[in-house]
Amino acid sequence: MNSLIMIIIGGALINNVVLNQFLGICSFLGVSKQMKASASLGGAVIFVITIASAVASLLYDYVLAPLGLDFMKTIVFILVIAALVQIVEMFLKKTSPAVYKALGIYLPLITTNCAVLGVALTNVQNGYNFIECVLSGFGTAVGYTIAIVLLASIRARMNEKDIPAPLRGAPIVMIAAALMSIAFMGFGGLSF
Amino acid sequence: MVILITTLVIAVIGVIVGYGLVYTGKKFHVEVDEREAAVREKLPGNNCGGCGFAGCDALAAAIVSGKAQVNACPVGGAAVAEEIGKIMGVSAGAVERKVAFVRCKGSCEVTHNQGNYVGVRDCRSAALAGIPVTDCDYGCLGLGTCQQVCPEKAISVVDGVAAVNPRKCVGCGLCVKACPRGLIELVPESQKVLVQCRNRDRGPAVKKVCSAGCIGCSLCVKQCEVGAMEFDGSLAHVDPEKCVQCGKCAAKCPVKVITGADLAQKETA
Repeated sequence: MNSLIMIIIGGALINNVVLNQFLGICSFLGVSKQMKASASLGGAVIFVITIASAVASLLYDYVLAPLGLDFMKTIVFILVIAALVQIVEMFLKKTSPAVYKALGIYLPLITTNCAVLGVALTNVQNGYNFIECVLSGFGTAVGYTIAIVLLASIRARMNEKDIPAPLRGAPIVMIAAALMSIAFMGFGGLSF
Repeated sequence: MVILITTLVIAVIGVIVGYGLVYTGKKFHVEVDEREAAVREKLPGNNCGGCGFAGCDALAAAIVSGKAQVNACPVGGAAVAEEIGKIMGVSAGAVERKVAFVRCKGSCEVTHNQGNYVGVRDCRSAALAGIPVTDCDYGCLGLGTCQQVCPEKAISVVDGVAAVNPRKCVGCGLCVKACPRGLIELVPESQKVLVQCRNRDRGPAVKKVCSAGCIGCSLCVKQCEVGAMEFDGSLAHVDPEKCVQCGKCAAKCPVKVITGADLAQKETA
């Protein structure tokens, strides 16, 4: 039990997918202009990564590993994740248009979010079983959401500040993200 | 041997995934108005939100359901409006193009800038600070916030008053939202008779601060034959729906604050 909690917290804070592993930076910087949009994207990412890591884990344990096709995992995972996001999108469009509308363009964007693939590969590398994979995926996605919502709120505040002209726009966001990354290194000392 | 197994396994997974997608695609097929897809195709697709909707998809849906005009996309402009108009069966020309109009004539000649505002060169900051920039409490501050927000560079501040170039204006309405004094409104492009003032004070108070302001004499109301001139407090306002653009009000106006006086001259000449 303790180790399962550790997996979630480790995924969310200690090994934060964005700020410590530098995955999913594109959407992290791109979609953090508004609080609402970033929270929506965070929700979509939690949804997709949890499902994707579950499917990837099953596929690896019951198809790839027994056949000794370990080396093909990257390609297979890409294929499966891309298809999965499409299916989730179609499913949501039909069953709950409200959720589909709220997630909007962020759902297809996740297909190209390397954090999803990153989590699936890391899980396999760590030799997690099915439950551990799902929890790790969930934890990592929560970590992504924490990071992007934090950055969005920082950017919302920075908008009101008088920033020196050369730093306006992308540069100051990079600096803010870097400082956040340094701050998150503090979680590295966390242990149970 | 390994290569064979690999190829086979990947091919099988690919086929399963492909069929899975086809199956879910059919099973969860949502009926979409085909016009919506066609309209979406014509929109620029950069999801900027300049139209006020959540993105190009949302705007396409709004256009098809009639909630938005075919020319609602400020980025695409006239060309896109026309193509969407074709899909929707409306000619883009039938939808009157709207342009921004600044309801102030208070240039440096007719009114006085108090000149004691030294803060940020932004109308919103000046309005927030509560420091009077101009004598007139209603007039254009002339610090050019509308000029900055205009994506088409259609606004310029000339002689202390913002002026819109109707040919460049795309009617996106960003300046309308930006003006802290609410001076800018969107009017049909063909509407030439407009009151260029927003001062609601009574005549003497207006006279004191600006020689071009509407003094509320209501001469224009008496001139108007179609009842298009509305009076709100002591400020005249033209209703473009009713106005026939005869220009008689403009010709009579003692302070010449109504535009389009030349229309009346043409008629008599």
